[in-house]
Amino acid sequence: MHIEPYGPTPRHVETFSYLPQMTPERLRHQIAYLIQSGWAPAIEHTEPEKSLSNFWYLWELPYFGERSVDRVLAELDSCHRANPGHHVRLLGYDNYMQSQGTAFIVHRAGAR
Amino acid sequence: MAQSNGSNGSGGYQAGVKKYADNYWTPDYVPLDTDLLAVFKVLPQQGVPHEEAAAAVAAESSTGTWTTVWTDYLTDLDFYKGRAYRIDPVKDDSGAFFAFVAYPMDLFEEGSVVNVLTSLVGNVFGFKAIRSLRLEDIRFPVAYVKTCGGPPNGIQVERDRLGKYGRALLGCTIKPKLGLSAKNYGRAVYECLRGGLDFTKDDENINSQPFMRWNHRYEFVMEAVHKATAETGERKGHYLNVTAPTPEDMYERAEFAKSLGAPIIMHDYLTGGFCANTGLANWCRRNGMLLHIHRAMHAVIDRNPMHGIHFRVLAKCLRLSGGDHLHSGTVVGKLEGDREATMGWIDLMRESFVPENRRRGIFFDQDWSSMPGVFPVASGGIHVWHMPALVAIFGDDACLQFGGGTLGHPWGNAPGAHANRVALEACVEARNQGRAVEREGREILTEAARHSPELAVAMDTWKEIKFEFETVDKITA
Repeated sequence: MHIEPYGPTPRHVETFSYLPQMTPERLRHQIAYLIQSGWAPAIEHTEPEKSLSNFWYLWELPYFGERSVDRVLAELDSCHRANPGHHVRLLGYDNYMQSQGTAFIVHRAGAR
Repeated sequence: MAQSNGSNGSGGYQAGVKKYADNYWTPDYVPLDTDLLAVFKVLPQQGVPHEEAAAAVAAESSTGTWTTVWTDYLTDLDFYKGRAYRIDPVKDDSGAFFAFVAYPMDLFEEGSVVNVLTSLVGNVFGFKAIRSLRLEDIRFPVAYVKTCGGPPNGIQVERDRLGKYGRALLGCTIKPKLGLSAKNYGRAVYECLRGGLDFTKDDENINSQPFMRWNHRYEFVMEAVHKATAETGERKGHYLNVTAPTPEDMYERAEFAKSLGAPIIMHDYLTGGFCANTGLANWCRRNGMLLHIHRAMHAVIDRNPMHGIHFRVLAKCLRLSGGDHLHSGTVVGKLEGDREATMGWIDLMRESFVPENRRRGIFFDQDWSSMPGVFPVASGGIHVWHMPALVAIFGDDACLQFGGGTLGHPWGNAPGAHANRVALEACVEARNQGRAVEREGREILTEAARHSPELAVAMDTWKEIKFEFETVDKITA
């Protein structure tokens, strides 16, 4: 049978980086889920070559208590426009587990 | 039936035998918060009353022996004896019953799962008056939990170390499990990791055989891990099995893994034993190493519904002894595991407080205090079609391991890994959108496959193969 070669290893950035780039509509669902889970939205960005680091640049501060999906979308957009060559990801800080309930890539450097 | 001494009472020493129930059946006893509680499924020999059989179990697993001895009178046995305090029916026609026993905490050495098991599942399991016996659950008092080291890292710290959030972890056991050379084995690891898995795993049978010595394997595997990490930009690991014939060999292997920059090692806790496991967990805690735990031999101990130790007890013991991952069964794959019972022991691995829930076979509240949780590992006969059910059953805090379901992909390991990663992320996205992933699994995977030829080929290869047999061990509580 035909075998499709896998080729050189593509770069990835963890959760949802194996799916197509997020559309605004898909993104709204994920932001709503994050907020409903009781987590605090926060935005981080980095140069792609530094993406393996634990500590990306924090955009502003986490939006504690934020309930508006639109506000988070607008901030993601601001961060992306201010840092066009950077990866931008959204996190949900979980203060009960003292961890992150989720963290996923929103804008990938180099993606349209 | 055989009788025993009891506690020393008033009236001086009298040699001979007494009924166990005289001293060890105490239905009015109210267990203390500091007591270690156990429940056994007991099938007595014909003609032995339930209270006597329950008392015999309590006696033989604590202070009692078959006859009175004068040295009993040198101590206060009321302070030390185990007490059978409750009997419940078993809801089947086996003739067995549940016996609840309370043990004073001072019967057990601090921080020693070894010592607890030596008493609770020691001589008593060969006792003639009992036809069969199964330890169904243990409630460890918080005071005892706090004397145990527990998982060297725990779920949160592992996530932070790996930088992976909001989804389950993905793994794969390298096959064939025996017979590959170190370099060929490293190739299989590299392909899986660069395709999108987080972890690969030594099969439990792999220790240090003539075809592949451990040090050769470690070197090639770690080159594969480092290269896949650098290329993908994601953190990767391989569970290097350090299970060995002696503790000295085990630690030598662990040290070498650390020197190569390995983030995680692996131990088989039942064949290796709890003494070795607890020591290795301590070593991992000191050395910043994650610890994956395999459970070979568990089915010998836990599968017979009438005799042995239930897996929920083995899982609790592992959490106390120490491990960051533990195989839990899949519910949906090729290996035994009732869904409700599996949900019960998954809770026992991950949660900080687990309430009594007889429907899941959980007999006691268990407070883990601040002890970290263990990642359940689902492995055995699972493939992309199982992904929706696995996401629904396990949620995010689990490691899903697809062996054949990665390596058996018609295009090879990397596309196989890629297919699993796409399937996982698609199911997580759909779940977060509020969709019923299990019911809508087919549509979710089909949509995802439109953007992933790797997933489309995997779906076509396995076409909803299921493993549907009745479980042997059903909940009877």
